[in-house]
Amino acid sequence: MVQTALDPGAAINITSVRDAFLKAYRLMFLARTLDEKLASIYRAGKIHGGVFLGRGQEALSVSAGLALREGDVFAPAIRDLAGRLAFGEKPIDAARTYLGSVLGPMRGRDGNIHRGRPREGLLAMISHLGAMISVVNGMLLARRMRGVTGTVGVACLGEGGTSTGACHEALNQAGIEKLPLVMVIANNQYAYSTPNTRSFGCASLVDRAVGYGLTGHAVDGTDLTECLRVIGGAIEAARAGRGPQMVVASLLRLCGHGEHDIADYIEMKAKTAPSGRDCLKVAEQHMVQQGWADATAIAGYQQEAVRKVEEVITTAQREPTPDPYTEKWSALATEQLLEGRDVYHGGPADI
Amino acid sequence: MFTTAARPTSDGQSSITYLEAIRAAQAKALADDPRVFIYGQDVGNFGGAFKATKNLAKEFPGRVLDAPISEDAITGLAIGASIEGMRPIIEMQFADFSTVAFNQIVNQAATQFWRTGVPCPITIRLPCGGTSGSGPFHSQMMEAIYSHYPGLVVMTPATVDDAYSMLLAAIAIDDPVIFCEHKFLYYHLKTDALPTEALPIGKARIAREGRDLTIATYSAMVHESLAAAEELKSDGYEVEVVDLRSVKPLDTDTVVASVARTGRLLAVGEAWPWGGVTAEIIARVSAEGFGLLDAPPARLNAKDTPVPYHPNLWTAHRPTARSIAEEARKVLGS
Repeated sequence: MVQTALDPGAAINITSVRDAFLKAYRLMFLARTLDEKLASIYRAGKIHGGVFLGRGQEALSVSAGLALREGDVFAPAIRDLAGRLAFGEKPIDAARTYLGSVLGPMRGRDGNIHRGRPREGLLAMISHLGAMISVVNGMLLARRMRGVTGTVGVACLGEGGTSTGACHEALNQAGIEKLPLVMVIANNQYAYSTPNTRSFGCASLVDRAVGYGLTGHAVDGTDLTECLRVIGGAIEAARAGRGPQMVVASLLRLCGHGEHDIADYIEMKAKTAPSGRDCLKVAEQHMVQQGWADATAIAGYQQEAVRKVEEVITTAQREPTPDPYTEKWSALATEQLLEGRDVYHGGPADI
Repeated sequence: MFTTAARPTSDGQSSITYLEAIRAAQAKALADDPRVFIYGQDVGNFGGAFKATKNLAKEFPGRVLDAPISEDAITGLAIGASIEGMRPIIEMQFADFSTVAFNQIVNQAATQFWRTGVPCPITIRLPCGGTSGSGPFHSQMMEAIYSHYPGLVVMTPATVDDAYSMLLAAIAIDDPVIFCEHKFLYYHLKTDALPTEALPIGKARIAREGRDLTIATYSAMVHESLAAAEELKSDGYEVEVVDLRSVKPLDTDTVVASVARTGRLLAVGEAWPWGGVTAEIIARVSAEGFGLLDAPPARLNAKDTPVPYHPNLWTAHRPTARSIAEEARKVLGS
């Protein structure tokens, strides 16, 4: 995966802070637009299962995706549509997975944010938080064993997921193996409804980095400029062989856990604090203040995003959904090992 | 198709143990396939808690790696490496500790191919089963719980030959394999040469022929059942013992064919009684071969408590030749 959703055919050649920022903004806006479209289809009752938005986390997510290259590994968490698009996931993959198109990567077998293309470095998360980090470790270790250098892996998680044993085991493992892993943690202040005060006892999650042998970085997750700089820097440090990195971003989830959740537990003071700002609005203001884009240019980006979203949703809605009668009900790659089939004659030819 | 000759247990001259067969299979896999590596606690220079990886770190530098005490991350790492085309073997120091990796095994490894189309060729070695004095957390049989989940292959070798050939097959298979190697058999079983051919995976083996009763079993209970069959011979009974070899897939055909000859069935397992492999066997034979049965089928398992520490309790907790023979007499007499 390399070409991003907005620039099919165009080479990535970010030559300036301005270009990088504009590119990031356009991807953030595309992600926000696609997210909101999916939410609206959900409210219309046309999506089975949940819808999980990245609202308020786009600056953080897009910065991770943009700093990755073809051949890198990306393990997004549930609010990483912007990062996915930046990494090269096609918007149609999201539309197809949410709408149950059999042409999507998950073919109706899994839905919503549980999608990916592992062979292309985009992992399809399971629901159990923290479980993808050691999988990224394994991909990176395998590359080292095979002499492949210069690639990195990014694993994303919310602060809630850092409370799992899986997260602890995997970060310790990355520290031992000194893998080029970048752990991106979005502290969006609520693990579903549970506030930080009931999730961890340390002053800041970034303090944990040193305990694992990771280099820690804190960043204002509402500020795209800072996210691009800090996350880009962490990813380049990992790529340069300076060991595993951890980035902890402060921000606020500007939506429910899923679209079923009205999130009335989010306190007003969290919404009015600086960390409660909408990163998309902050980025827009910055672009205008810097003179990088005027209202016309921004409207152009936005129309471009709406057009793209309409196109992929319309396409996915027309596509066939899975058919239980033609579905291959097979959980094994080795079909002879399925019960009721012929016995397995594979394995080593001569032992 | 051919049958691997069942060799007797230690004959005083044989030198290759079940444990050595496991070590040798891993050595061969490492030598033959550059994609293979081993990851687990103490598997490196120390050679593993049971020495199943003895000298392998030295023979294959950089490919036998010590892991922290992190069963979840050990398994996750193996899954990731397999996505990159590797063929990892991971050792759980004791099968019991695989519960810490349960999520990665059943939710990540077992679902990956079905969800994404990308196979997950990892081998998870579980030193399982009871040995006297090991207690509740170093003695468990885990095959039933893993067999319950789609997407896993579960092997339960009962012989030195199968320990060797099935482990090689496990590594070659494109799916996650739970390889249940029985600790009691590690030193108990010996043979004089490693096998050069093997039954296919998914095919059970007739370990002893008989006409009066079928005992369907696996892993260490094959040997207890063979001893029970020998005891019953003095009573004039000819008992057939079916070694399932793998419990998923389960070779129902061979068991049903055996019951067609004997008319009676006893399913024996070292695992706990609720559900599990023996219940599955009874259910399948009852459904598919009800008319073949001359008597109600029976099952014998461990007692429904944690595995006890003291040998007096341990010996009574799991099936033994004596308790199997006792149960068999009930089936034969009914």
